[in-house]
Amino acid sequence: MLSQESLRQIDREIAKYPPGRRQSAIMSALRIAQVEKGWLPKEVIEFVADYLGMPPIAAYEVATFYNMYDLRPVGRHKITVCTNLPCALSGGVYAAEYLKKKLGIDFDETTPDGKFTLKEGECMGACGDAPVLLHNNHRMCGFMTTEKIDQLLAELERQ
Amino acid sequence: MSAHALILAGAGGERAWRLQDYAARGGYAALRRIIAGKTPPEAIIAELKTSGLRGRGGAGFPTGLKWSFMPYAFPGDKYLVCNSDEGEPGTFKDRDILRCNPHAVIEGMIIGAWVMGCTRGYNYIHGEIFEIYQRFEEALEEARAAGLLGRNILGSDFSFELFAHHGYGAYICGEETALLESLEGKKGQPRFKPPFPASYGLYGKPTTINNTETFASVPFILGMGGEAFLNLGKPNNGGTKIFSISGHVRHPGNYELNLGTPFPELLAMAGGMRAGRKLKAVIPGGSSAPVLPANIIMDCTLDFDAISKAGSMLGSGAVIVMDETTCMVRALERLSYFYHEESCGQCTPCREGTGWLYRVVRRIERGLGKPDDLDLLRSVAGNISGRTICALGDAAAGPVQSFIKHFADEFAYHIENKKCLVPPLVQEAGSQIYM
Ligand SMILES: Cc1cc2nc3c(=O)[nH]c(=O)nc-3n(C[C@H](O)[C@H](O)[C@H](O)COP(=O)(O)O)c2cc1C
Ligand code: SF4
Ligand code: FES
Repeated sequence: MLSQESLRQIDREIAKYPPGRRQSAIMSALRIAQVEKGWLPKEVIEFVADYLGMPPIAAYEVATFYNMYDLRPVGRHKITVCTNLPCALSGGVYAAEYLKKKLGIDFDETTPDGKFTLKEGECMGACGDAPVLLHNNHRMCGFMTTEKIDQLLAELERQ
Repeated sequence: MSAHALILAGAGGERAWRLQDYAARGGYAALRRIIAGKTPPEAIIAELKTSGLRGRGGAGFPTGLKWSFMPYAFPGDKYLVCNSDEGEPGTFKDRDILRCNPHAVIEGMIIGAWVMGCTRGYNYIHGEIFEIYQRFEEALEEARAAGLLGRNILGSDFSFELFAHHGYGAYICGEETALLESLEGKKGQPRFKPPFPASYGLYGKPTTINNTETFASVPFILGMGGEAFLNLGKPNNGGTKIFSISGHVRHPGNYELNLGTPFPELLAMAGGMRAGRKLKAVIPGGSSAPVLPANIIMDCTLDFDAISKAGSMLGSGAVIVMDETTCMVRALERLSYFYHEESCGQCTPCREGTGWLYRVVRRIERGLGKPDDLDLLRSVAGNISGRTICALGDAAAGPVQSFIKHFADEFAYHIENKKCLVPPLVQEAGSQIYM
């Protein structure tokens, strides 16, 4: 179900917790699985739960509770824009509007070619760099003027 | 940057963060001295009490006192947890500390473990800052390789393991007991207190939780002495504090200042108001802190006691600045949406109340407000406060109460005229960052 590399990474997470506390690694394990699969289908969540020796329902609870897990397929590039107040005071909302217009989609939608998904995010702890957005959960981009948004999209388009 | 910056000293840009750089700045000297001299835990707690260090995570609880609550002699595992789940809107200091000075946090935690007899620690890092999480993992590797972490630290019989745990997007996990649940691999739902974490924490064992900046302050306090640290600030408000300033200023960013610095000085350091506009209001301690109008905040010094006397909270030190182009109804709508989104749903007053607050503020913003909506907001907010398991309920009610209190006219205008007092085009111009 998951690659050897992913399992190796999950094992490294498990080793961080005391014996008998494998469940503590669920958040990382789901993250690692999501990076490999692009999103978290039911079978993958169940596999991870089984791997950690926890009931599947407990793993679902975690997967649904935290915002960065995707329980439905997303585009190859998921862009999450922060629109919370500190960012909004420095252009966050307009950055989001610009992205919607450029990509031709609304929040929680994916472009027809499957390349881009747009999400509205909450404070990412980087308000000094507003407008802020997150690419595929793990790369943060700050000071996103329309010019820089254009550059980013062009770069991702090429990938 | 103020002349007295400690944690962020020299951090303009990408400061060298590696162990050898930290050591060259005097890092790990305090820890080495403690281990070599077998400094008794009580002596360190006394030093922290003298220093006037108060928790930097929001509540401002005295750190020395908190550390004294841990049952040192309790047999078996005891845990130490660092709260780097920085998600309080406006706050972005812990990210910078971890980016340019991760070893100060690690050293502070090792000293904490020594003082409280902790065997294991975790740093819980906010989901959205994956790159910082990776850096912290690297810093931990460096510390292990140098014999500063793990078994028999620096050749002594003191052992302490420290690991990083990565969050994945839930504001509520910043609340300390939700964070512990999350560390155990569960949904982040806050626990009832008591029991407090010092007696029943991670995996049911005694646990102490502190904020990133709190831990990072410890090596500096022990380096310069509690008295000297205290004197940087003012009585009961010792030391320096990192202020994250955002919103309508020319240079948003982190500024480490002595506690007790007048607010106008911070504003000037941040380059003043963007485009020379007029200050309207400031949220001085993260989005959960009550808003203060310009005339009140301009007379405040930045410390726990002064801000609290002015009717707000220093909180995490996140200063959100709003100028005359801000529509206060719209600003409150966004914050109310946030709390509604992030309520974990356990307590009815919070789950239902935050949704209700948001819907009423939204309808006022959209020109559909009713004459008695302000009374309704007051009553819903009042019914959340003090009736919930954790402080998120109060955090949601506070902004509503304070926005209505200080900007009642603007809310009334909205309800009566079905539009913003500040024209939308003016609001848009105000949020443009490059002009
Ligand atoms: C809803 C909520 C969110 C919180 N978020 C954070 C946070 O992101 N970081 C933090 O250090 N403390 C946060 N706190 C405060 C913690 O519960 C706790 O008081 C703090 O981590 C203790 O550390 P300190 O004594 O060093 O301040 C939050 C509290 C609440 C109620
Ligand atoms: S106050 Fe809100 S966030 Fe806190 S435990 Fe209750 S429902 Fe959850
Ligand atoms: S409000 Fe956008 S990163 Fe904090």
